[in-house]
Amino acid sequence: MSCTAADVDAPYAVLAELTHRCPLRCPYCSNPLALDPASRELDTDGWKRVIDQAADAGALQIHFSGGEPCVRRDLEALVAHATAVGLYSNLITSAVLLDAERLARLKAAGLQHVQISLQDVEPEGADRIGGFKGGHARKLEVARAVVEAGLALTINAVLHRHNIERVDDFIDLALELGAGRIEVANVQYYGWGLTNRAALLPTREQLIAMDHAVRARLPSLAGRIVVDYVVPDYYARRPKACMGGWGRRFMNVTPSGRVLPCHAAETIPGLEFETVFDRPLAAIWRDGAAFARYRGTAWMPEPCQSCDRKEQDWGGCRCQALALAGDAAATDPVCELSDAHGTVAELRDRDAAAEVPWRYRGAAG
Amino acid sequence: MTVAEDSRVRLAPGVMLRHDRNRGAWMLMAPERVLTLDDTALAVLRACTGPDAPTIGGAIDALAAEYDAPRGEIATDVLELLADLRLKGYLAP
Ligand code: SF4
Ligand code: SF4
Repeated sequence: MSCTAADVDAPYAVLAELTHRCPLRCPYCSNPLALDPASRELDTDGWKRVIDQAADAGALQIHFSGGEPCVRRDLEALVAHATAVGLYSNLITSAVLLDAERLARLKAAGLQHVQISLQDVEPEGADRIGGFKGGHARKLEVARAVVEAGLALTINAVLHRHNIERVDDFIDLALELGAGRIEVANVQYYGWGLTNRAALLPTREQLIAMDHAVRARLPSLAGRIVVDYVVPDYYARRPKACMGGWGRRFMNVTPSGRVLPCHAAETIPGLEFETVFDRPLAAIWRDGAAFARYRGTAWMPEPCQSCDRKEQDWGGCRCQALALAGDAAATDPVCELSDAHGTVAELRDRDAAAEVPWRYRGAAG
Repeated sequence: MTVAEDSRVRLAPGVMLRHDRNRGAWMLMAPERVLTLDDTALAVLRACTGPDAPTIGGAIDALAAEYDAPRGEIATDVLELLADLRLKGYLAP
C-alpha cells in the first residue's frame, strides 16, 4: 500500500447501523442477506463507546441508520451522547415509527437532520413496494412534523422500474413537504437489491426520460431545494466514487459491531473485518486491513492505474466489481474502459426486459 | 438568486457553524455536507447570522469599519458570498 498511516485523513462520517430490524420489507434494502438478529445488537453502552470513538477518530457527522433506527428505544440517548461529543446527528429512517412527540425528544437531544425514504408518491404503490400498509400516509405526516419541529428534512426518492416515471411528482412532493434536500436515488443493486435486479431495473427508455425530467428541473430548483442526483450505475459510462473512495470518508458500523468500509463490503471474500471489540475506530480506520486494502490508488489495475480520473472516482465500487466482474480488485465494470463493460450491458438488458415478481426483504429476528 | 441589503439572512434548518479542533478549521455543518470556511466567509457569516444579526447592509457597515476597507468592495463580496450560500442551500430561502 502506498498509504502509510501518516497520510490517511480522518473520516468525515460514521454510519451507525443500530439495528437490522425494520417494519418495512423493501425488496431493494441495502442490508445484507444475512441480517443480524436483535440479540446480537450492540447495547446502549456499546454504541456510546462507538460514538466516543467516532469523535476521537475525527468524524464530524454521525448517521443513525439501520434497518429502522427508531426501533431502538435508546435512540434519544444515543443522539444526546453524539451531541455531547460534538458530532452532528443525521437520522436515516422510514419514519413509520416516529411521531411529533418523539421528534421533539430527538430534537432536544440535538438531532439536526432527518432523512425519510419514500417508496412512491401515492399510497398504494408505496405501501406495496415497502410491504407495509399505511406506511406512506404515516411518512407524509412525519415529514411535515419534521419541518414543523425546525429540523432539516431530506426526502429520499428511491427509484426503480415501478415508480421511475413519477420522478417529477417526487420532486413536487418534496417541495410541498418543505424538504431542504431531495436525493433522487436510483436503487443500488447490492444486498437485497441485487437479488431483485430483474424485478426492479428500469429500461433504458425509462431511464432517459427520468434523466431528462430531472435535468430540466434543476435550474428552477436551485436555491429552493438541494438536489442530490447521480446517474444510475448500470446506465453510466463512468463509475461513481463509491462512498467518496474506499476508506476515504466513511466508516460503517453494523448492528453487531463489525467495522466496514461500506455496507456491502462483507460480500467481498478474503477481507477481514475488525469489530468494535477489537480496537478503537481510529486505529481500525488508520491501518485496519480491510480499509487499507483498496484505499488510495496503489492497488489499482489497468486501465485505472494510468487513468487521469483515478483520484476522482477511485476506480469505482469494489462490491460492484465483484458482483459484475467476479473480482473485487478489478476496475468497476460500469466504466466503459473496463474489459468487462460488455457484461454490464448484457446483464442490464436481460434484467431490464425480465418480468419477474420481486422478493421482499426478510425479517431480522 | 439575489440577496438584498435591507434583508436579513439565517442559516437553513440543520445548518450550523462549528469549529473542528482536529482539522483546525471553521465549517458549516449541514445535512450530509460540510463546507470548510476561509477567514472571509467566517467573518461574513458571523456578521450576518445569529439571533441578534443586523440587516445585511448593517453587517456590511460593520465589516467595512472593522477591516477599514471601502464599503463598495465589501458589499460586493458579501452579497456574492451570501447569494452563493443561499443557492447551495446553506442559508434559508
Ligand atoms: S430499505 Fe426498506 S426494509 Fe430496508 S431498512 Fe430501509 S425501510 Fe427498512
Ligand atoms: S479506468 Fe478506472 S479510474 Fe479511469 S474512469 Fe474507469 S474506473 Fe475510473
